[in-house]
Amino acid sequence: MNHLSSETFGENAKAALADTQLRGALRHATSLFGKRRLEAARSLSNWEDLRTEARAIKDEVLLHLDRYLETFTANAEKRGAVVHWARDAAEANEIICGLARQRNARTIVKSKSMTTEETHLNDALEAAGMQVVETDLGEYIIQLAHETPSHIIAPAIHKTKGQIAELFTATLGMAPTEDVAQLTSTARATLRDRFAAADAGISGVNFGVAETGTIVIVENEGNIRLTTSLPRIHIAVMGIEKVIPRFADLDVFLKLLPRSGTGQRLTTYQSFITGTKRNASDEGPEELHIVILDNGRSRMLAHPLTRQSLACIRCGACLNACPVYQQVGGHAYGSVYPGPIGAVITPQLIGIEKTAQLPYASSLCGACREVCPVKIDIPRLLLHLRAEVAAGPKGNAMERMVFKIWARVMMSPSLYKLGSRAGRMMQRVMPLSRAWTSGRDLRPIERQSFRDLWKTKYGQ
Amino acid sequence: MQVSLFVTCLVDQMWASVGTSTVEVLRRVGCEVEFDDRQTCCGQPAFNTGYRDEARQVAQRFIRIFEESKADAIVSPSGSCTAMVHHFPELFAGDTQWAERAKAIASRTHELSSFLVRVLKKEDVGASWTGKLTWHDACHGLRDLNVKSEPRALIRNVRGAEFVEVDNAESCCGFGGTFSVKYPEISVAILDQKIEAIERAGVQAVVSGDASCLMQIGGRLSRKGSKVRVMHLAELLASRTTD
Repeated sequence: MNHLSSETFGENAKAALADTQLRGALRHATSLFGKRRLEAARSLSNWEDLRTEARAIKDEVLLHLDRYLETFTANAEKRGAVVHWARDAAEANEIICGLARQRNARTIVKSKSMTTEETHLNDALEAAGMQVVETDLGEYIIQLAHETPSHIIAPAIHKTKGQIAELFTATLGMAPTEDVAQLTSTARATLRDRFAAADAGISGVNFGVAETGTIVIVENEGNIRLTTSLPRIHIAVMGIEKVIPRFADLDVFLKLLPRSGTGQRLTTYQSFITGTKRNASDEGPEELHIVILDNGRSRMLAHPLTRQSLACIRCGACLNACPVYQQVGGHAYGSVYPGPIGAVITPQLIGIEKTAQLPYASSLCGACREVCPVKIDIPRLLLHLRAEVAAGPKGNAMERMVFKIWARVMMSPSLYKLGSRAGRMMQRVMPLSRAWTSGRDLRPIERQSFRDLWKTKYGQ
Repeated sequence: MQVSLFVTCLVDQMWASVGTSTVEVLRRVGCEVEFDDRQTCCGQPAFNTGYRDEARQVAQRFIRIFEESKADAIVSPSGSCTAMVHHFPELFAGDTQWAERAKAIASRTHELSSFLVRVLKKEDVGASWTGKLTWHDACHGLRDLNVKSEPRALIRNVRGAEFVEVDNAESCCGFGGTFSVKYPEISVAILDQKIEAIERAGVQAVVSGDASCLMQIGGRLSRKGSKVRVMHLAELLASRTTD
């Protein structure tokens, strides 16, 4: 159940559905997250206003993104940070590997970051001869298991407690136990040694404040605090869309993000990092590098409809709310970003050709839009992408023909009536669609259509 | 009030009694009902699958036909198809003339329960049905049209009916149009969560405002040999007997 391709979503999903452990883990976690989110949202009387405000802030930023990024860069550099610009994943990895190499970094600690998952940074660092240790518990688990995250904020959501215990016994040599406290403390003890030995720390960024040049990162385990403060050098990787105008805007986003993500009112740790340490005697890294990544994002800016895709604050609420994600989990999507938002941004980041199934991996129920803290109209974006798929080379020729015929029938009442009679006859002689009847009975078509009844019953 | 019935192609072709029930209920509350038999589909299947040109063609035809009607309102026994009509202006974005015509039609088009409760202010339509039942919120009615309290108010006024909520009333049934045949296994897996909750509730019937969801839910109930029946809201509201 790993390193799957988006091109085989249907097959991946079928395999996931057959995995009872996976489905048990997903059902438990997504419903718990969903319940907590709802309670946390209800605890604020102005939840809807906050969502509207957050979206307005994001819209403003995205409309003038160049300006806000320049301001952010200038202010971060004023405080001693070095800002790097990366057009794509390869450039970002080259910058980061270069920085590590120049400083003879051997061991690198990393905190959870979807952006570095997107760039496959760990592979690049390991290829450059460096040892990388993920320090977020969930990320650490999947690193030990040689897997990829299956959820934006809970990377190991697909694993049961029992599976994690087995993994720790096999890789860390701990005595078999399913006691959560013991599992956690074993991981912590192993990781603490790594922090002490690390030459560099790499993190993601939740928000980059233009006004002050501050980067903000939220977490619950304290590992990000350590990653960004213990090693001599801290490298932070952020997508271009992470910038917000003012420090005061955090008031809105720090209310929405933890509540939407984990259902918390506040995460245990919130780190505000503004430049490097001021005095030699202060604690903290000597160098702060911020790598700002595009990697396909600016393409989404061009269209007024797709632009909102960049408003996402990566809370993962849409994953938990999505009936498809709830059943198949994140790996089936075969993309770094799974779930509804993954189905929206992945085709835009890496191209619709390799991801043509993803926009269809939704019943369009709209639960994602309902929970999104920044009101991204995900169903509308999925429909937009479906139109792109249907019109492009990955469109299904058979399906296209069916809809052409369908339109001809719907345009002509006489063809429509003819089709209606043919359908009634056919239902007696052949099973209609195997895809439907494999799991469901087809409701028998009533003897007469409404239009016929209208004439006979009401005489009109 | 003069009402033009938008029966939907699904109801017309597969489940005509939902259409006749809609007519009964509307007449009972004093509406004059007309039906233009040139109508076919609103274009939703093409729109939702990505075939915008075909969807536009069919939508334009829909608009032309209903523009001719002098009725005060266009009423449909489907949240999903009504929502599609409400999406028409978006389908014609960039074409001001059609977008305007689309907007005018959309503003006249109502889903049955919201028409009864919001427009006619009727929560009691004089229906009676004996038994325990629950309501399934069809996604587009719920999230695109904000239809939530209206059907519940109508159901609570059905004499003899005992209404219970299932905990996942607002969760999708897994139908999703072409989704149900593109990914039938996922569709049925989602559906099974719904079925479990319905079975747990110990009801005789599950009622909803969309024939499509009911065919999905009913298809699985029937496959599993369940005794629970599916019923469209229009059928329940038309009912005046003990069933």
